[in-house]
Amino acid sequence: MTDTLRAVFYRDLVLSRRIGGGGSLAIIFFLGLVTIVPFAIGPDLNLLSRIGPAILWLGAFLATLLGLDRLFQADHEDGSLDQMLLSPAPLELVVLVKCLAHWCATGLPLVILSPLFGLMLALDGPALGGVTVSLLVGTPALTFLGAIGAALTVTLRRGGLLLSILVVPLAVPVMIFSVSAASAAASGTVSFLTPFLILCALGLASFALAPIAAAAALRGAAE
Amino acid sequence: MSHTQSCHLQVADLWVVRGGRTVLRGVSLRLDAGQLGEVTGSNGVGKSTLLRVIAGFLPPASGCASLNEWGAKDLAPLAERVHYVGHLDGLKSALTARENIQFGLTLSGQARLPPREALDRVELAHVVDLPVGYLSAGQRRRVALARLLAADRPLWLLDEPLTALDRAARVMLMGIVADHLGRGGLVLAATHEPLGLPGTLELRLEAQ
Repeated sequence: MTDTLRAVFYRDLVLSRRIGGGGSLAIIFFLGLVTIVPFAIGPDLNLLSRIGPAILWLGAFLATLLGLDRLFQADHEDGSLDQMLLSPAPLELVVLVKCLAHWCATGLPLVILSPLFGLMLALDGPALGGVTVSLLVGTPALTFLGAIGAALTVTLRRGGLLLSILVVPLAVPVMIFSVSAASAAASGTVSFLTPFLILCALGLASFALAPIAAAAALRGAAE
Repeated sequence: MSHTQSCHLQVADLWVVRGGRTVLRGVSLRLDAGQLGEVTGSNGVGKSTLLRVIAGFLPPASGCASLNEWGAKDLAPLAERVHYVGHLDGLKSALTARENIQFGLTLSGQARLPPREALDRVELAHVVDLPVGYLSAGQRRRVALARLLAADRPLWLLDEPLTALDRAARVMLMGIVADHLGRGGLVLAATHEPLGLPGTLELRLEAQ
């Protein structure tokens, strides 16, 4: 079973790198968003550094949503999902591994590049650290929550919009605590740890529960 | 010889409802080891539905399908002992034929032939390392059939297996099917054209 899960992980990573995978699309979108915000706000560095963590988080959230609609849809359309249902590996674990692979292909690069992008938003050292750490914990949570939406909309031809509508309410707690953790790190006046630990809890809860929900939705879609 | 020697497929009084419409009304079927079953009938009569219910993709309203082995206990669920080749190939266009077969093999376990040999059997040795996206419909179909050979599973469910295959490939498919039956396997195919193998059990579904 470990072999099966490793094969799923590796296959999804390979697919995201090859033509049509769109693995780097999210990063370019993220860069575009972060680039355009200073132009929209104007040359006010104080304002920019104050709202910088929130902008980075919004960018990461939208970039994550962007690629999620294909997470299961591609496998559903070409019949790979049927083959996965016939595998001895439980679908819940397959979903979990697919989410991890998706995060490694799209979320992890965002996290790695966020300090660089943060410089463009006039963030200082502690703020950069806070945003990066909160992204590292928060983006997997977004991917897992998004997987529920992706599984529910798997049969819809243009499910991307519906997916966003389904996922946004689920992502609100993640958003609140990640941005407050990042802002706390930036200002230094309130505790960073309190919101950060709640964010960790949200991440772990989505890690444990979302694959079960998504797998149930996919089983329904196979009908 | 083969572990599948003593298998038999039992489908008992299967009722299936889809979208509020009763598609299958009390279908029963018994397929013994080494036997080919052909499900025939006009379009929309429920041939594909029957195969998908047996594979476990669809829950039946009542009745059941089981694959039994004499003297075997603690059998894996039916879904883990079937190969299903449907209208969709289940292949990734961006992966090569070999990668696709290798993945299918790892996914289903029970290795029988290495991917290279399985693709050899379906006469695709020359395109092993080509992305499947570049292959024709018939060639893709053959890659999907090579998956049957790579991983060893007793029951094959084939939905319109002859689609897109040329004359030579049809003969090849019959050879593969006959070979599997000879090893004590079972094949249930939904088809409009008989495969023409001796001892075939025909199940004709009638429109309601």
